[in-house]
Amino acid sequence: MADWYETFEHDVLVIGAGGAGMRAAIAAVEAGLSVGLVCKSLLGKAHTVMAEGGIAAALGNVDPRDNWQAHFIDTMRGGKLINDYRMVEIFAREVPDRVYELEQWGGLFDRTPDGKILQRPFGAHTYPRACHVGDRTGLELIRTLQDKAVHSRIEVYMEVTLTWLLKDAERIAGAFGYRREDGRFVLFRAKAVILATGGWGKVYKVTSNSWECTGDGCAMAYDAGAELMDMEMVQFHPTGMVWPPGVRGILVTEAVRGEGGVLRNSLGERFMERYDPKKKELSSRDVVARSIYEEVRAGRGSPHGGAFLDITHWEPEFIKRKLPSMYEQFLKLANIDITKSPMEVAPTVHYVMGGVRVEAGTGATTVPGLFAVGEVAAGLHGANRLGGNSLGDLLVFGKRAGEHAAAYVGGLRAAPQVDEHQAEEERTLLQRPFEGDGQENPFGLHEELQEVMSTHAGIARTGEGLAQGLEKVGALQKRVEGLRVGGSRLFNPGWHACRDVRFMLTLCEAIFRSAIERQESRGAHWRLDYPNQDPQWGTLNVVVYRDGKMKATTRPVPQMPLDLARLIQQTA
Amino acid sequence: MAEATFHVFRGDAKGGDLVTYGVPVTEGMVVLDGIHYIQAHLDGTLACRWNCKAAKCGSCSAEINGHPRLMCKTRVDDFKGEPITVRPMKAFPVIKDLVSDVSWNYRVNKQIPPFTPSPYDPGPWKMYPEDVERLFEFRKCIECFLCQDVCHVLREHDGFDRYMGPRFMVRVAALEMHPKDTLSRTDLLRGSGGIGFCNITKCCEEVCPEHIHITDNAIIPLKERMADDYFDPWRSLLRVFGKKKEPRGT
Repeated sequence: MADWYETFEHDVLVIGAGGAGMRAAIAAVEAGLSVGLVCKSLLGKAHTVMAEGGIAAALGNVDPRDNWQAHFIDTMRGGKLINDYRMVEIFAREVPDRVYELEQWGGLFDRTPDGKILQRPFGAHTYPRACHVGDRTGLELIRTLQDKAVHSRIEVYMEVTLTWLLKDAERIAGAFGYRREDGRFVLFRAKAVILATGGWGKVYKVTSNSWECTGDGCAMAYDAGAELMDMEMVQFHPTGMVWPPGVRGILVTEAVRGEGGVLRNSLGERFMERYDPKKKELSSRDVVARSIYEEVRAGRGSPHGGAFLDITHWEPEFIKRKLPSMYEQFLKLANIDITKSPMEVAPTVHYVMGGVRVEAGTGATTVPGLFAVGEVAAGLHGANRLGGNSLGDLLVFGKRAGEHAAAYVGGLRAAPQVDEHQAEEERTLLQRPFEGDGQENPFGLHEELQEVMSTHAGIARTGEGLAQGLEKVGALQKRVEGLRVGGSRLFNPGWHACRDVRFMLTLCEAIFRSAIERQESRGAHWRLDYPNQDPQWGTLNVVVYRDGKMKATTRPVPQMPLDLARLIQQTA
Repeated sequence: MAEATFHVFRGDAKGGDLVTYGVPVTEGMVVLDGIHYIQAHLDGTLACRWNCKAAKCGSCSAEINGHPRLMCKTRVDDFKGEPITVRPMKAFPVIKDLVSDVSWNYRVNKQIPPFTPSPYDPGPWKMYPEDVERLFEFRKCIECFLCQDVCHVLREHDGFDRYMGPRFMVRVAALEMHPKDTLSRTDLLRGSGGIGFCNITKCCEEVCPEHIHITDNAIIPLKERMADDYFDPWRSLLRVFGKKKEPRGT
C-alpha cells in the first residue's frame, strides 16, 4: 500500500450523513456488517436539519379518511405521473411505520389532544398529513437518527470529502477523497457504496441550500457510469426570503401556508384565487411558485420582487408556538415581526427531483454495488415534490438501501480489489490548482455558473435560452482547467471549491441537456416555447448517460398496473 | 458604499494573529456574509464552518468582539461602524482560523446512555401535549457548543475530564424527562458527568441562540433529581412507584 493516503475498510460505505445516509447506515449495521459513514460537515449539521415543516405519512390521526392510497394518488398527481409508481407505492405504504419507528428511537412530535402524533395540512396533500414538531422537524429527525447511530457500531468520518468512486472492472470497490481538516488523502475500500449526498441547489444563485449541496454524489455516480434521470426537474420553493440581500433565498417553511398563511400581491389581492381557486395557497409548489412569478412579471410584485405572505390574522402566541424559528428568523435577520407584518417572499431553488436512476425497491443504480437514496436518487417525486415527502423518502428508502446493500455484500463471492492508479489519477486532478499558471478563482467561477443557471435554467425556460446556457457551461468547463488557489491543503475552502465547481459543471450540463430534450411544460419544468403539458411526454423520463461524452435520451415511464391506474383515474 | 473593518484571527494550532480586511457593507448583512466576502474576494484560504446560514445548524460559532455568537445571526449594523473582531471559540483547540476542534463533544455524547423505552411498551404511543411540550425546549438545541465555550468549568478551569458541560446536561435532561424512557442517568451525572461542578452562574443560558433555559430548566432539576436519588431515598422510591419522570424544580 502506498503511504500517501490513509486506508479504511468497510463492507458498506455510506457517503452523506443527512437523514438518508444515517437511516441507511443504521439498516446496514443492523444487518451485521461493518459500516463507514462519511460526512463533509460535522455530524448532525447536514442539510436535513433545515427541513422545517414535516414528514408526510398517512397516519390518519387528524383526518381518519387518509390512507396510503390517498398519499399514493396525491404524490403521483403532484409529480405529473412521471414518477416511478413502484417507488411511490412502497413509499406511501411504508412511511407511517418509519415515523412510528422514529418515535420509538426517541423522536418527539407535536401531539393531538388525545395523545397521537399531530398532523398539519401541506400543499397538494388531500388530508392533513405532515407529522411535525413546530417548524424544526428536520432537526428532530436528524438528532434522533444521530443518537441512534452513535450508539451503534457505525464508524463516522467527519469533515471528509470523497471525490471519486473506485471500481474493480464494473463493480464498486470503494471511494477516494480527502480530509477537509488537513487535506490528507483517504481511500476507502468497500464492497458496496450508498450515495446519500443530497442535492445541488448551490448551482443556483438564489437557493435555500447549504454549501454542501454541490451534488458530489450525483456527479461521482455519473463519472462511475451510472445513469441520471429527470435532471431538468429543479424545484423552486415558492417562499424564500427576499430581503435584505444577505438572507435572499433562506426558506420560509410551507408550514406557514399550512397553518393558514395567505399570499397577496402589491394590490392586496389574494392572487392564488386566480391560479388555483380550489386549493389556493395549498396548491402544489410548482403552481404557487409560478403564480408568484407571474404576479411579479405583471408588475404586481412586492417592493423587492416577490409577494407578501401574511399570517397576522392569528394570535401572536399561536404564531410563536407553531412557527418559532420563522418568528425568530424574520425578527433577527429582517427586522420584521411576523405576528404584526407580512413576510416578503419569492421563489427559491430548494430541491431537485432528478438524480441517479435507481431500482424502485432497492436503491440499486446501474453500477453493481452502487446504491443511491434520498435527494440524490430520482424517481419518487417525478416532476414536482410535495412538501413533507422528502423526509419520508429518506426514512423509507434509507432503510431499504441499507438492507439491500447488505444483501448485495452477502451475495459477493470475492471482495472487489482496489486499483491504486484510479486514486493516483484523482490525486493529480485534486492537486492541480496548487500548480501551474492558471488564474481562475474558484469562487468567481462558481458565481458565474450560478448566474448562467439563474438566467437560462430558471423558473421559466425557452429552447433558445437553454441552448445558450449549455454553450456557456461548455465555456466554463474549459476555464475550470485554469483554476488556481494559494495556501496549503490545511482546511482550505478555496481548494475545496475547486473540486465542487467541477462537480457542479457536470450537473449543470446534465440539467441543460435534459431541459432541452423535454419539449413540454410539466411540473417544475416550464417551457415558454412549449407552454402545455404534452400527454406523449407524460410517458417518458429523460435519461442522461455517458458514451464518450454526455448524452440525453428518453426512457418509458414504468406502466402502472390496472388497480393503481384506476385509483388515479377515479380521483381525476 | 460603506466599508466595515474586520479583524479576523488567522492561524492554526501553532499560533496566529488578527488580520485586517475591509469589507463592503450591504443592507442587512451578517458577520458570516463578511467572512464569505473575504473568502471569495480577498483570501480563499480563510477557514470557517457554516451550513444553513439561518441559525438552524449551529456550525458558525465564533467569538465576535469577545462575545460567543453565531456568525449567521450577528448583524454587521449592530456594531455601528466599529471594527468587528472575529476569533474562534476559545475553549476548544484551534485547527485553523475560525475552525476549532470540537471532537471532544462528540466523544462525551457517546457516553450518555441512549433513549431506552420499555421493551414491553411497543408503539404507537399515546403521549399528551403536556407530556412532551416541556421537552421541546431541550430538543431545540442546535449543538453550536457556544454554551460549552462559555462554561467556566471548561473554559477557565479546563475541566474537560470532570464535567460534560451544559450541552450535555440539556441532552441528559431531555432523556431523563422523556415520558417513555426507563433508565436513570443520575449515576452518570454524579460521576463522570460532574454535574456538581456547575455553580449556576447561568453564562450558558445567556449565550444560547435557541434561548434554552439551560440552568433553570435542565441543570437545576437534574441536580435535584440526583440529590433525591442519593440523599432522599423516599422521594426516589416515590418516583419509581409513583408518577414517572416528573421533573422537579421547574
